[in-house]
Amino acid sequence: MAKPLKGISYAKYGYLFSLPFIIIFLIFWLYPTLYTCVLGFTDCKGFGNTEWHILENPLDNFREVLKNNSFKVSLKNTVIIWIINFIPQITIALLLTAWFTSHSNDLKGKGFFKVVFYMPNIITAATVAVLFRTLFGYPMGPINDLLVTTGIREASYNFTVDKTAAKLIVAFIQFWTWYGNTMIVLISGVLGISPDIYEAAEIDGANGVQTFFKITIPNLKTVLLYTLVTSLVGGLNMYDIPKLYQDGGPDKATLTTSVFIQQQAFSGSYIYNKAAAASMIMFLIICVCSAILFWIMRDKDEAKLEKEKKLARKAARRAERSFF
Amino acid sequence: MSVQNKKTNTPFKIVAYTFCVFLTILSLFPFVIMIINSTRSTNQIQQHAISLIPSHYFANNFKVLTSKTFDPFRGFINSLIISVGSTFCAVYFSTMTAFALVAYDWKARKPFFTVIMAILMIPAQVISIGFYQFMYKIGMTNNFLALILPSIAAPATVFFMRQYMIPSLPMEILQSARIDGAGEFRIFNQIVLPMMMPAMATQAIFSFVTSWNQLFMPSILINKNKLYTLPMMVALLNGDTYKTEYGAVYLALFLTVIPLLCIYFLLSKYIIAGVALGGVKG
Repeated sequence: MAKPLKGISYAKYGYLFSLPFIIIFLIFWLYPTLYTCVLGFTDCKGFGNTEWHILENPLDNFREVLKNNSFKVSLKNTVIIWIINFIPQITIALLLTAWFTSHSNDLKGKGFFKVVFYMPNIITAATVAVLFRTLFGYPMGPINDLLVTTGIREASYNFTVDKTAAKLIVAFIQFWTWYGNTMIVLISGVLGISPDIYEAAEIDGANGVQTFFKITIPNLKTVLLYTLVTSLVGGLNMYDIPKLYQDGGPDKATLTTSVFIQQQAFSGSYIYNKAAAASMIMFLIICVCSAILFWIMRDKDEAKLEKEKKLARKAARRAERSFF
Repeated sequence: MSVQNKKTNTPFKIVAYTFCVFLTILSLFPFVIMIINSTRSTNQIQQHAISLIPSHYFANNFKVLTSKTFDPFRGFINSLIISVGSTFCAVYFSTMTAFALVAYDWKARKPFFTVIMAILMIPAQVISIGFYQFMYKIGMTNNFLALILPSIAAPATVFFMRQYMIPSLPMEILQSARIDGAGEFRIFNQIVLPMMMPAMATQAIFSFVTSWNQLFMPSILINKNKLYTLPMMVALLNGDTYKTEYGAVYLALFLTVIPLLCIYFLLSKYIIAGVALGGVKG
């Protein structure tokens, strides 16, 4: 902390410099959040309608959304698709991390592989979704062409109407765009582990596999948890890919909660109130997830310091008491 | 790396390289198909959708594409305006907020930082209904400002800038600038900003890419065709207009990724270093 020049307090500049953030946050984030929350209790619907009244039973929208079959399906889909994407994502990312940070086996071309594996992450998700829709086209998409010319299948397969295939493809796209990112985060986590521990393990004669499971994984706990939570929150908001892959179809197989909310609010009969209620339910779920993340990422050193201070104060008091 | 373990583990290397090459193909295959097919005619694609030999229908596909609803230049300009605007807002004001958090001792500093941490993960999607209604009421739908201004409050960027600023901004410099008579705003603009350039550049890349790729917010706020952003135009490709124009669709997809591919090939080193710092996750 800067020590102020004698007699001048600089505290007001702290407020002044954070003012733009605070104003924009209040107008463009907090107010819409509260507004969405309020709309969840009202009868607001119909395109362009901004008139609304609080319902007689304010919780009606929430009750109806929770009973709504499409919402239940979409919540289930969101979780299923996230799980199908996350398990291979974290497994492959961990495997690559182990290989790329291995002390005993130095692989060449790591830089190149990192660049290539991360690339899908930077490409517009909308483009990726439409690209995969075209790749899995029927009857003559590239994937079908590949399957037929290599003789794996005799005739083209209609991926677009198969519900399981649609889920798997959306999960695969999600996996494909994110595993490189996860890998890079994990590698940087491993590089943050003290090399002394690895040296000690090496001297003790631990092999690569042992080192990985006994040292890397336990030391990577925080990073892994961080990856898990951020991926979960991202997964709960999955929109671009299911929306543009098949607009939640076929037959709601890839309908995620975000697509559900968008369809309710901005198409058909513009049911803003129920969409707002559904948004708030998602908001709560995400809040719980970020609370966990917040707890993980809290300043550990500071927490420790505070604890020590407390202990010191207690000890001082005890000493005082015993002194008298 | 290690001195003791000189023996090379050949079977391991074969497995590792094979797997990495497989993943490389997996990552590149869709893009290669996209690029090659953008030069082939719809007829050729229908006969064999996979080919490694480019053809000469690029110009023709372009004619077909632009004769309908897809206007790549307009989309490009619109996306560029929004992305540049929000990148500037996010980076400049986040650095300013981080400066307030690092350099000054004010009462609300800690609670303010706690709030920033708490809203780090809240996505725009879940508050979209209220946001849309609010913008509709004040007549800011179909207005790029509604997409640019919110990025002034970018918690993730503030968090990253703060982490970077704490070790790299010596308070003595601020003190000596004050003694020389510089005002606080001048100190920020002329001393702090240049020192934060590397971190700002990293954050600028990510803000730009995130904003460029955004689909949800633009698509609820904008409904005039001439204000469509590139991702919104990509959504048009799913419609009936382009149902049988495969060559044109591949070309359109290719056009939307060209700017990103350029950025990536020029800056991949910085981008990967930025991801490693853990500042971003979508």
